[in-house]
Amino acid sequence: MPILVKLLQRTSYNSLIEKLLDEFQVYAPVKKGKQVLYERIRAVHDMETDYLLPVLSAKSLVFPPVETLFTFERKKEGVDVLPVAVENLPERVLLGVRPCDARGIAILRQTFAQEPVDAIFEARFNKTILIGLSCATADEACFCGNRAGDTTGSDILLTQVSNGDYLAEIITEKGQRLVERHADLFETPTELPDKAAFVATVRGLDNVENLPALLKAAFDSKVFDQQSLACIGCGTCTYVCPVCSCFDMQDETQGSKGRRVRCWDSCGFSCFTVHTSGHNPRETQGQRWRQRVMHKFSYLPESNHTFGCVGCGRCIRSCPVKLDISQLINQIAHV
Amino acid sequence: MCSSTNTYVPYSMRLQKITQEAPGVKTFRLEFIDPADAARFSFKTGQFAEYSVFGEGESTFCIASPHTRTGYVECTFRQAGRVTTALSGLEEGDVVGFRGPYGNTFPIDDWKGKNLVFVAGGIALPPMRSVIWSCIDNRADYKNITIVYGAKTVDDLVYKHELDEWEQREDINLHLTVDPGGSTPDWKGRVGFVPTILAEVAPSSENTIAIVCGPPIMIKNTMPVLKQLGFSEEHIFTTLENRMKCGIGKCGRCNIGSTYVCKDGPVFTAAQLAQLPNEF
Repeated sequence: MPILVKLLQRTSYNSLIEKLLDEFQVYAPVKKGKQVLYERIRAVHDMETDYLLPVLSAKSLVFPPVETLFTFERKKEGVDVLPVAVENLPERVLLGVRPCDARGIAILRQTFAQEPVDAIFEARFNKTILIGLSCATADEACFCGNRAGDTTGSDILLTQVSNGDYLAEIITEKGQRLVERHADLFETPTELPDKAAFVATVRGLDNVENLPALLKAAFDSKVFDQQSLACIGCGTCTYVCPVCSCFDMQDETQGSKGRRVRCWDSCGFSCFTVHTSGHNPRETQGQRWRQRVMHKFSYLPESNHTFGCVGCGRCIRSCPVKLDISQLINQIAHV
Repeated sequence: MCSSTNTYVPYSMRLQKITQEAPGVKTFRLEFIDPADAARFSFKTGQFAEYSVFGEGESTFCIASPHTRTGYVECTFRQAGRVTTALSGLEEGDVVGFRGPYGNTFPIDDWKGKNLVFVAGGIALPPMRSVIWSCIDNRADYKNITIVYGAKTVDDLVYKHELDEWEQREDINLHLTVDPGGSTPDWKGRVGFVPTILAEVAPSSENTIAIVCGPPIMIKNTMPVLKQLGFSEEHIFTTLENRMKCGIGKCGRCNIGSTYVCKDGPVFTAAQLAQLPNEF
């Protein structure tokens, strides 16, 4: 339930963005060539308004593809280690984030905030204010299951209503503080518009409640091998996914100085779980595909009470061999 | 746990002593450089850590020293990949990064008053050595202690001095073996694979805990022997070492089903393993 519901006129939204640009680093959907991506904006007109979904999710803003964990310098008498100064991270506002991406960040946070807390993720997350934007339309790859106006993960969720103005649902205290600072721009509605009438209807997976159990029952089925035959193990699905959080840790050096980084990794890669001895618990692409499916739709529901998938459809749009997880999941559930 | 709120920053440890255990296998004794880190640190037998060479990366090994001996930790590793090769190149006095301790422990307090049978193969003795010494250092707490340990060749047996010590103690039954073809003319131990020797030694399962660690093929062939000797799955313990990066349940590669080896393990009973999908 929102803390507050306000109205934000279209022109006031632009004024708000201008004010935010003075206070914060602001990220929003930006058109780059033919693609729309979440990027830093410097002016209101940098922001793209005509988009369904940026090609990459908003994940990278809280969990960058490559991130320094600490730097070090090797000296004669030892090694100086310098932790990354998370307290110096800038405060940021993310604008126009789609509900699926906002929800993705909320799911990511469950993993990173579990003990022992990942301080770097938390610092980035705490310095980020997320202003979501409901989807008025969807395409055939979307399968969020009517969550086009879902508030999960947003600090404020905007929904464009009939005359082009926005319904502003204030979800968190972070969002509330921002609205209070700019109270003059927000109006208190005398009559609430019917939000549902302005958000898209989107298909979902079949039999959602029973999925974790159905998939578990199919663990030893040949269906995973069959489905993965087309997979080339490129890992694109994991890189575009708002929820995939597997990472690798590597050292990079230049002379005596260096840094330890974490970088996105993929359970689809053949070397992901291989032991030094050569033994590999997930030797075949079928086993790796099963891990991806199970992690998202069986293991995470078991451990974190959430699916590891928000139904954004990016993996479907990006897969070079046209694997469609929404169809394949339904197929596995019917094995 | 670590010296910073940033979980990924390792302790800096001084490499105090290197022991060449077997061809390509070394033991490092590491001491905290900062006394405050040393004062804060504690672990229990069975836990593991991430060891790093700055500039090369981290590797996962168990803590091979017992928790009954404080002020240092030891690890034993075989030179095999990038990080272990870099570790192998270090000299006494060099700095090693250490993150940990992570994971669960062998419940040795629950084993008081019981007999213990340790079954280990090759480079898998290090995790057991931590448990063995943790128990021997409180010897009166446990009844019979039997150790069956084997390696490919005589040369490949690790902790040779400690094996001699255990051999000479009257309160430990040590059975050493090497694979057929691995013996030397002066070899006084047995010849044969670990499961075979275990069947010959045939320790009683009465009031006994079995702790097994070794390569997958050894574990696979040891389990039926233990079963035949009457051990229930609840009384057989092992430790797993899946590939890991973070060690704290975030990087997503050591899981077996929804069980994370780093958080829920690395110590499991055979009964727990039987519940997991066959993916390890």
